[in-house]
Amino acid sequence: MTAATIGRPGFAFQAIAIATLAALFVGSLFVGVTNLSIRSLVSDPEALRLVMVSRLPRTLAALLAGSALAIAGLVMQTLARNRFVEPATAGTAQSAALGILVVTLVWPNAALGWKAAGAAATALAGTSLFLMLAHRLPPTQPFLVALFGLVYGGVIGAVATFLAWRLDLLQYVEVWMTGEFSGILRGRYELLWVAGALVALALWTADRLTILSMGRDASIGLGLNYAGVLRFGLVIVSAVTALIVVVVGTIPFVGLVVPNIVSRFAGENLRHTLPWVAGGGAALVLACDMIGRLIRFPYEVPVGTVLGVVGAVLFLILLLGRNRND
Amino acid sequence: MTETAVQRDMVRPDFRVAIMAAAALLACLAYMTIGLRGNLAFVLELRSVRLAAMVVVGVAVAVSTVVFQTVCANRIITPSIMGLDALYIFCQTALVFTLSGFGFAGIDPRLHFLGNFMAMTCLALVLFLPMLRRQFDLTLMLLTGVVLSVLFRSLTTLLARLIDPNDFAVLQGAVFASFNAVEPELLLLAAAITVAGTFIAWRARHVLDVLALGSDTAIGLGVAWRVTAAGLLVLVAALVSASTALVGPMAFLGLLVVSLAQRIVGTNRHAVLIPAAALTAIIVLVGGQTVLQHALGGEGSLGIVVEFAGGIVFLAILFASGRR
Amino acid sequence: MIEISGVSLTLGGSGILNDVNLTVPKGGVTALVGPNGAGKSSLLSLIARLQPLQSGRITVDGLAVDTTPSRELAKVMAILRQDPGVASRLRVAELVGFGRFPHHRGRLTAQDREIVAASLEQFDLGDLSLRFIDTLSGGQRQRALVAMTFCQGTDYILLDEPLNNLDMFHARNLMRTLRRIGDEHGKTVLIVLHDINHAAAHADRIVAMKDGAVVASGDTEAIIRPDVLESIFGFPMLVERVAGRLAVLHHT
Repeated sequence: MTAATIGRPGFAFQAIAIATLAALFVGSLFVGVTNLSIRSLVSDPEALRLVMVSRLPRTLAALLAGSALAIAGLVMQTLARNRFVEPATAGTAQSAALGILVVTLVWPNAALGWKAAGAAATALAGTSLFLMLAHRLPPTQPFLVALFGLVYGGVIGAVATFLAWRLDLLQYVEVWMTGEFSGILRGRYELLWVAGALVALALWTADRLTILSMGRDASIGLGLNYAGVLRFGLVIVSAVTALIVVVVGTIPFVGLVVPNIVSRFAGENLRHTLPWVAGGGAALVLACDMIGRLIRFPYEVPVGTVLGVVGAVLFLILLLGRNRND
Repeated sequence: MTETAVQRDMVRPDFRVAIMAAAALLACLAYMTIGLRGNLAFVLELRSVRLAAMVVVGVAVAVSTVVFQTVCANRIITPSIMGLDALYIFCQTALVFTLSGFGFAGIDPRLHFLGNFMAMTCLALVLFLPMLRRQFDLTLMLLTGVVLSVLFRSLTTLLARLIDPNDFAVLQGAVFASFNAVEPELLLLAAAITVAGTFIAWRARHVLDVLALGSDTAIGLGVAWRVTAAGLLVLVAALVSASTALVGPMAFLGLLVVSLAQRIVGTNRHAVLIPAAALTAIIVLVGGQTVLQHALGGEGSLGIVVEFAGGIVFLAILFASGRR
Repeated sequence: MIEISGVSLTLGGSGILNDVNLTVPKGGVTALVGPNGAGKSSLLSLIARLQPLQSGRITVDGLAVDTTPSRELAKVMAILRQDPGVASRLRVAELVGFGRFPHHRGRLTAQDREIVAASLEQFDLGDLSLRFIDTLSGGQRQRALVAMTFCQGTDYILLDEPLNNLDMFHARNLMRTLRRIGDEHGKTVLIVLHDINHAAAHADRIVAMKDGAVVASGDTEAIIRPDVLESIFGFPMLVERVAGRLAVLHHT
């Protein structure tokens, strides 16, 4: 084996992974209040319309949001040089919600795109502050940085909630804080393609991000434009998170558990692992969205709530399982 | 430290506690009397119920935090950061969910409380005793606690959705503590638990001094660590249940008041720290409510403000501990 | 040639370096020695443009380190800091392969792969090449990082106490490798050393620093003398010649 081919999961593994994702995709098209079958798709134009207007956009949204969240998590971990942070818990998503709140306040009828832009701006500010503080904490204490991030996110979330409570906008904030796909229809999710494009951009810069994860000194030593790549990563994380918060709301833990699980078996050479992280995120979000649709059928439980439970359990397993090995 | 400085620190704390007691009393008086208007009997009754709730919650949170921190031999960790109040609310929702078929929701709130308390104590012992005994790295333990409380909150939301899919108000109620919607039936029970708990903690103050040195040292000095720690954890669970049942979760109040109290008295001796923390909590809650209500017009936001301030304090402590 | 003139550095109000002037000629091994806090590591990171230059001028092979694009410098000099704390879960071969990044800036070429394989071999990492670096011992990690630095294939190699964590076998191996590339490939090695005996045994030249200034510099023979050493480190030590090599007895 040479340096270029090591660390890649085998072909059989890839095939299984792609088949799983495809199965989830098809499954998501057929799970919902209205019963659909493949036959009815052919015979019933109404059924086809339902798929095109609601189920397909919803499935695509879950796919896009899931992969983008996972990649944003990975990029954030690279920037913070800490495995246990992610945008949805370390202040990026909460800053984004704060931004939408401000935009809603000064310009109530703003288009979704403008809200996303405002959210991206505050997300950028919030994430920059977090990284600035996190870089001053000792890298030898990874849990400290993660803990700091969680509480930092909590404090910003409290500011947003407080403002919303004073302004009687609490309902809105809850919508942004709890990710949900049930409102996704054609025409309501297309902004997520922008997030998808940003993910592709991240894939293109995989090598630089991997070097960045080795730290400032090593990066500069290798001739990398350290500050430039750092800023680039910040923009990707903030923009992706803001888009997802605006369109579907906050979905916790995807950006945290997926990159960690992938790194267990495939390492962190991003050139090889980014596709796995993206696919894993998509599969996790799709699966949890389907659980949310089925667990209290015919009602729906938001995907953010399902992932709050599933993600926290997975995170605890990662956290404590790792400790046992050490 | 010079000899005089040592002596000063040995003598002064009691004096400071006395001043704090006076300040707490003053805050209570101010809360009861400022801006009295309208039907006096009604207003006074309303205010005294809220005042009692604040005092009970303040003391319960302060004492439970001091005891929990001592068992963990660390001053950053608190019961609510480790998710105990989220656990209480989860138990509450879980019991309603599993027993609603038996008319559980309709029974006396005090029995309700007892059920929640017992479920929560069992879970807390199962979850936290092994963690304490294995002597996790502190930050890992804190992180585990924070994630656990996220998990309990998510589970609570999930269960609430399962119980009533259309209830969107659940989240709202569970996020911040509120002193305006105290259940009067529970006040007496919570007060009794808090008085008993504080008494037990006070009696155990010398054992607590030893426990604060860490489990290894405490065992070396002849403390039956496991039994004592388990007993104290039950005590903490009871106090957390009392305060959470009364007003809801207060994630950072404990941290805020205990670190403030420590700054003020400058000692870790429990004979001083326990009363100092309890008094600080009363000053913060009652004084804060008075100021918010009369000066800033922000009645009802005390819970949020305290959380915000406590969160900032927590971040500052974490940051300082990491930079050291 | 590395030329340093009039370099001072102040961090957080305290002076770290004070008007350092130094010329390190091209080729051979130059050891940087001195007591803790002398400013050796700071000087090294200034040369390697890891810290912005506050005053003075530093050129490496005629390139000013503060104005030449970082990318260009990465092809001329490689730096290994003390404990860079690479936390990524990379395999050893992947890590070493990133040493070639300044040259390919993307995919490894066949030639890059050959160089990587040679570095792995050179530092006794062949058996470990598929291991994740977070599963290695401190010494193995250190070797992987040194191999990555070598892989960069630059004419100038700066190393900050690279012998930390290495056992005697691998410490000797590294020093001999440095010696060889200095001799055979005409490379310039500037290395901060903790152990004066390693400097005495392997370096061509020694630069001694104390309190943020260069206090002595010259051929090894000229520095490894009792009076010079005492003036640098502040206590007397014996210098003996054992089997034709200089040895400093400082443990007495």
